[in-house]
Amino acid sequence: MKIVVLVKPVPDTFGDRVLSLETGLADRAASETVLDEITERALETVIRHAEASGDVEVVAMTMAPAESQSTLRKALAMGAAAAVHIADERLAGADLVRTAQVLAAALRRAGADLVVTGNGSTDGSGGVMPSMLAELLELPAATRLETIEITADAVRGTRETDGGTQAVTAPLPAIVSITERMPDPRFPALKGIMGAKKKPLEVLSLDDLAGELEGIGAPLEETEEPRSIMLAAAQRPPREAGEIITDDGTAAERIAAFLADRRLA
Amino acid sequence: MTQPILTLLLAAPAAEGAEPRLADGAAEVLGAAALVGAPVALVVGPESALPALAETAASLGATEVLTASVDTAQLGAPVADALAAAIAEVAPEAVLMPHSIEGADAAGRVAVRLRAPLSVDAVAVERDEEGVLAKHSVYGGAYDVSSAASAGPLIATLRLGSVDHRAEAVAPAVRALEVASTGRPAAVAESFEPAAQASERPDLRSAKKIVSGGRGLGSKEQFALVEQLADALGAAVGASRAAVDAGYVDQSLQVGQTGTSVAPELYLAVGISGAIQHRAGMQTAKTIIAIDKDANAPIFEIADLGVVGDLFTIVPQLVAALEARKG
Repeated sequence: MKIVVLVKPVPDTFGDRVLSLETGLADRAASETVLDEITERALETVIRHAEASGDVEVVAMTMAPAESQSTLRKALAMGAAAAVHIADERLAGADLVRTAQVLAAALRRAGADLVVTGNGSTDGSGGVMPSMLAELLELPAATRLETIEITADAVRGTRETDGGTQAVTAPLPAIVSITERMPDPRFPALKGIMGAKKKPLEVLSLDDLAGELEGIGAPLEETEEPRSIMLAAAQRPPREAGEIITDDGTAAERIAAFLADRRLA
Repeated sequence: MTQPILTLLLAAPAAEGAEPRLADGAAEVLGAAALVGAPVALVVGPESALPALAETAASLGATEVLTASVDTAQLGAPVADALAAAIAEVAPEAVLMPHSIEGADAAGRVAVRLRAPLSVDAVAVERDEEGVLAKHSVYGGAYDVSSAASAGPLIATLRLGSVDHRAEAVAPAVRALEVASTGRPAAVAESFEPAAQASERPDLRSAKKIVSGGRGLGSKEQFALVEQLADALGAAVGASRAAVDAGYVDQSLQVGQTGTSVAPELYLAVGISGAIQHRAGMQTAKTIIAIDKDANAPIFEIADLGVVGDLFTIVPQLVAALEARKG
């Protein structure tokens, strides 16, 4: 069985992240680039399954600028057997639909039995990619799973939705996304880090995917046509600290009065 | 303001035999739609529930209601089929839905199918002379961004709890929508277990007030203080990642970059230092109050009122003071 995990290099949330106010794009030089933790969890989940069941090939895939390739080495060090990096300058600022088309083309090329993603990235927070890929690849999608069980011909799990827990299943091939509930990602061991250097890391350009893009009805020329535009980006003024008091026995009463003043109590 | 704005209202999952209600966010998306045009609703659910759900949609301001009957056990594809049919029928200027699991799934599928512009997790919609804009709060509220469609209807998911406006109730004008099924493969919902309603507390995602607890509470038992304060205020309960990791509360209550992003009227942080990832999920709250023993805690940098002190003393006093004020 071949499982492809979609991973995403993102600006590290431990520091201040910067959006270029001129282009509206992420200023990637301003922050350290790391693998998004939720995608590491997706990878961890799949690697554990592979370790337990054997006969599973785990591939990490991303569409990201060329300079973020070190994050794929980390995915390999964690235990992925191979990595695919779609890197093409023409994809800078690609919108959601174009991103989905390119990833779908690469997934079609890779031929996965199961595609696993995080439920939403820390920089985009969209959470729509799995269903977009499902639509393009004509696969069932089970999104935002909190538990997961992968068998030879199906994937099942549960998810928290409006007012309760839903048990869902999909026959393979399928796409799933997982949430924070999945196990913490491992730190790559030295052996993994050394081994990662020898593992295959394939770099694909848009031209390499031209045939597959055509196949899903999204030819290469579509890259040039933006569907949505960012009109404005502004840095929100930093929130100013209000009044800070030290409790002298009256703080509770102060808070109650503050809430009453603002009609919040 | 007469341009139709299509909203997607879904039947919430329900236990076997129970009649479903409209999923969370219905009033919000209709309220948002009314701000920029004429709110039209597509109500999707099991056949038997559609009349009641359509009536609810009208009571929430949908000037026109289209209904589509689907097998709710089939996830994603049938809802997308119905939404695509409604877009073809209504030719809306924008399509709005809650940023919920089902809303995001439908938005993603339809955006791909129609090659439409997609704006996710919007916190507001507005209109300028060119059309409808979606406003976003990105990088944990550090930036405000607006986006718009260059062509075709703008498809946008709205963050729950972000829109206050409510549309006025109207008389129901309901008609059934013809939907051609694409027969695309779908995942299947096998069962649904309603959450045990431990309390009448509001839902974290859409609550107007939230009391959130952190590691400072020290134990699962002592986290009850946060719950008592939340109940005194009629607020939802939230938690920091540290409190979740320490096992004080369930992960579903986690607020922050990796949990739920919230934008309530009031966020009252108890024993939370305010790591950057936590602040990213709550700093767009209108009023922030923080109680923590560490005067250097970063949460105080963004608090409208910060109290340095012992939460185990202050919180019980505050609960008593709030009860006293209620009379």
